[in-house]
Amino acid sequence: MKAAIITFPGSNCDRDLATAFEREGFEVARVWHKDTALPEGTDVVGVPGGFSYGDYLRCGAIAARSPIVAAMTAHVTRGGYMIGICNGFQILTETGLLPGALMRNAGLKFVCRTVGLRVQTSDSVFTSALDKGQVIQVPLAHHEGNYVIDDDGLSRLKAEDRIAFTYTENPNGSVADIAGILSDNRRVLGMMPHPERAADPALGPAEGRAVFGGILQAVVSA
Amino acid sequence: MKAKVTVMLKAGVLDPQGEAVRHALGSLGFAGVEKVRQGKVIELDLATTDRAEAEAEVTAMCEKLLANTVIESYQVEIG
Repeated sequence: MKAAIITFPGSNCDRDLATAFEREGFEVARVWHKDTALPEGTDVVGVPGGFSYGDYLRCGAIAARSPIVAAMTAHVTRGGYMIGICNGFQILTETGLLPGALMRNAGLKFVCRTVGLRVQTSDSVFTSALDKGQVIQVPLAHHEGNYVIDDDGLSRLKAEDRIAFTYTENPNGSVADIAGILSDNRRVLGMMPHPERAADPALGPAEGRAVFGGILQAVVSA
Repeated sequence: MKAKVTVMLKAGVLDPQGEAVRHALGSLGFAGVEKVRQGKVIELDLATTDRAEAEAEVTAMCEKLLANTVIESYQVEIG
């Protein structure tokens, strides 16, 4: 039950993400972007939100070329789990671990509010504790969350049941209201909203907890 | 040797920033601006003096980092 949270210069949700994993019972290691290996026995890697490298060039572009990325890719190749949230999602598309790209919000405004997310598949560890069609309330905060993918890519995501979450009301112009997607082996989730910010009952509704709980269940039963 | 890379959103990818600039131009009284696309220009100073080598090198840089070819196209000018 080991989680590794990567910190890049400018990450600012790394501690929240670590806390969300710890709350579910994970042993959490913090990993610096210049490291070249993940701790032995890492089950899941968390790529946190923030503004890595000040969003220079493109959001996540510089972070995606960090030394740790080779180890992240190897972790996914051997079937490890990974979740990228917000800037983490942008980084994962920039590394090519997830398809598509995240562009400036269609409304050009930084959007910061709680949104409804509809669960589109429960066929992944991240959504196994949720029901297909269920709506959960999760906060989001981003300026570049407008998910773009070409028509073929979108057809593939749909045909392979790889859209994890959609917005009940599209806040950013994302194609097909997409808020989160899965990799082809279903072990990598990228999503713009922040489930780690909806994981502590003391701070309000904790409907994001199910995402981390689902990963734990998969790791425990493996 | 100098190189100049122009990165633009691919045709067909909506450009919200370009659209906002178009609106602003309209409100300043510049009528008849039908479309605005916003991109970026990256200038590089290279050690090499070999034109072909520079072009190949910068093209590789574009593919690996300077452009996100999912949504962007790029153009390389050498010299």
